[in-house]
Amino acid sequence: MDLTNLESLKYFYPEIILSGTVLLLVILDLVIQNKRVLAPFAALGCLLSLGATLQLYGTSEGWLFHRMVVLDNFSLFFKVVSLLAVLLVIWMSVGCHEIRQIYQGEYYTVLLASTLGMFFMASSTNLLMAYLSLELVSLTSYILTGSLHHNRRSSEAALKYLIYGGVASGSMIYGMSWIFGMTGSLDYAVIREVLHQGEANRLTLFMAFLFILSGFGYKAVFVPFHMWSPDVYEGAPTPITAFLSVGSNAAGVAIMIRFFFPAVSHLGEGGNWDFIPGVEWPHFLLMVSMVTMTLGNLCALGQQNVKRLLAYSGIAHAGYILMGLVVLNNIGLRAMLFYIVVYLIMNLGAFLVVIIVSNATGREDIEAYRGLAWRGAAVPATCMAIFLFSLAGLPPLAGFVGKFFLFAAVIKGEFYFLAVVAIINSVISLYYYALIVKTMFLDFPEPTDQEVAMTPTVFPLLLILAIPTVFFGIYWGPLFHYTNQSLGFFIK
Amino acid sequence: MAIGLTHYLVIGGILFTLGLFIVLTRRNAISILMGVELILNSANINYVAFSHFSSGNVEGQIYAIFVIMLAAAEAAIGLAIVLSIFQIFHTIDVEAAETLKE
Repeated sequence: MDLTNLESLKYFYPEIILSGTVLLLVILDLVIQNKRVLAPFAALGCLLSLGATLQLYGTSEGWLFHRMVVLDNFSLFFKVVSLLAVLLVIWMSVGCHEIRQIYQGEYYTVLLASTLGMFFMASSTNLLMAYLSLELVSLTSYILTGSLHHNRRSSEAALKYLIYGGVASGSMIYGMSWIFGMTGSLDYAVIREVLHQGEANRLTLFMAFLFILSGFGYKAVFVPFHMWSPDVYEGAPTPITAFLSVGSNAAGVAIMIRFFFPAVSHLGEGGNWDFIPGVEWPHFLLMVSMVTMTLGNLCALGQQNVKRLLAYSGIAHAGYILMGLVVLNNIGLRAMLFYIVVYLIMNLGAFLVVIIVSNATGREDIEAYRGLAWRGAAVPATCMAIFLFSLAGLPPLAGFVGKFFLFAAVIKGEFYFLAVVAIINSVISLYYYALIVKTMFLDFPEPTDQEVAMTPTVFPLLLILAIPTVFFGIYWGPLFHYTNQSLGFFIK
Repeated sequence: MAIGLTHYLVIGGILFTLGLFIVLTRRNAISILMGVELILNSANINYVAFSHFSSGNVEGQIYAIFVIMLAAAEAAIGLAIVLSIFQIFHTIDVEAAETLKE
């Protein structure tokens, strides 16, 4: 179906509720003295939006607003993922000392606006909408990164993010302009038809894709567009680092799948996608995937700052996720979606422990974790070990299952070399994850190391994140079923 | 000689290269932001030219208007960040304002 503006509104409640919450937050911030109510209010808006999103499952699929955005299971899935990410991040922010220095009203307003951008990134089916949504997420991320007052690292990280982001999105729209020139339309469906007629010059098309990848790759943190990520992750307030690492990464992957699969590939038989013949794009992505995971893991080896280490580990995980794209079939895409959910849970968990330690000690380097288990923080230390081993992909944790599906897809697609590189990378990554675990459990604290106490707000959240990490490693059936259902594109 | 699509595309390409060159070589934060604007405007020229010469609709020109608007938003945020950098470091030289390193 192809709906007009007014008809679309009834399928648009999640976005409307979220926008309304953003506007109400601005007003509430002006009239209310007690700023503590803002965080629960923002969370309430997200919950309502989540409810509205779940209501939309199984109703209908189609283009909304004159084919600007699309409603299908794939976009609903990423709406659920972004909302889960923002809900958990709001909870983390409440328990984080760093965030209390920031103006609460502005912080939550901008955070929810960023989530709204992620909604559109997953659902846009028009080059203009794709650019607008990507910029909405980018601009709000710059603000959130630089939101700590008179903080050297925060301001510097924001400047670096802005410059890299400006160049990346500028290159992206330059590439999109070539696509527009070759096809005469901004609409994904028209672009696919024209490109598959085969009249476009292959080399020009390849160059245009390369430019476009710079914009998407910068959001999803692929080499060589990753340079901003370690600095930004280190400088930004920790809840924002967590938000960027899962939310904005997932949205970048979503917009990329949306563009490279329904917009330029044909869905063939048995869930295989046919890319435009004559363009060596999948092999190029294969190279990017291998370089991304290798570089991420190698750079992570020597890091002393845990946030920076998690940034490099995030780059490596972006490389793993990209493996699912290379094989060009639905098995790979399903594995990607599954891994995104698992990565969201375990990475947010790891950042939550970083917040707990930095609340107590004010530090983020590995030395601050020395003997953490013996400093009154046995539960966070144990949970951190679970998250890190899950990130490394050890059984019986969720990260293992996620990686297993990705590797299985790659091996089924007969990309053996890629599978070998990925397995070697997993082994390398085990070293630096295990190093933190060793520091927490096997090293004994010095007398100067403070006790790490836990605030009551973060303790339930820690369990909420740790339990699924173990649970989905043992019983992944329901989650796998859900992500399989989520791979439904509305094409025509 | 009539001015055709190719001329505009060449101008767009030159502007894009100049913008990238400025971003890579300048050290002054505001100059770098101006380089980013050049990149955005090179895309604008392409859109308007394609819209006029080949596609036969106004979608490209609408796109250009949106890009101009977002460039303004980005400049506003960029200048705010540069201002906060200046208050802390007392310079807007990006190499002098570097504390986050390996």
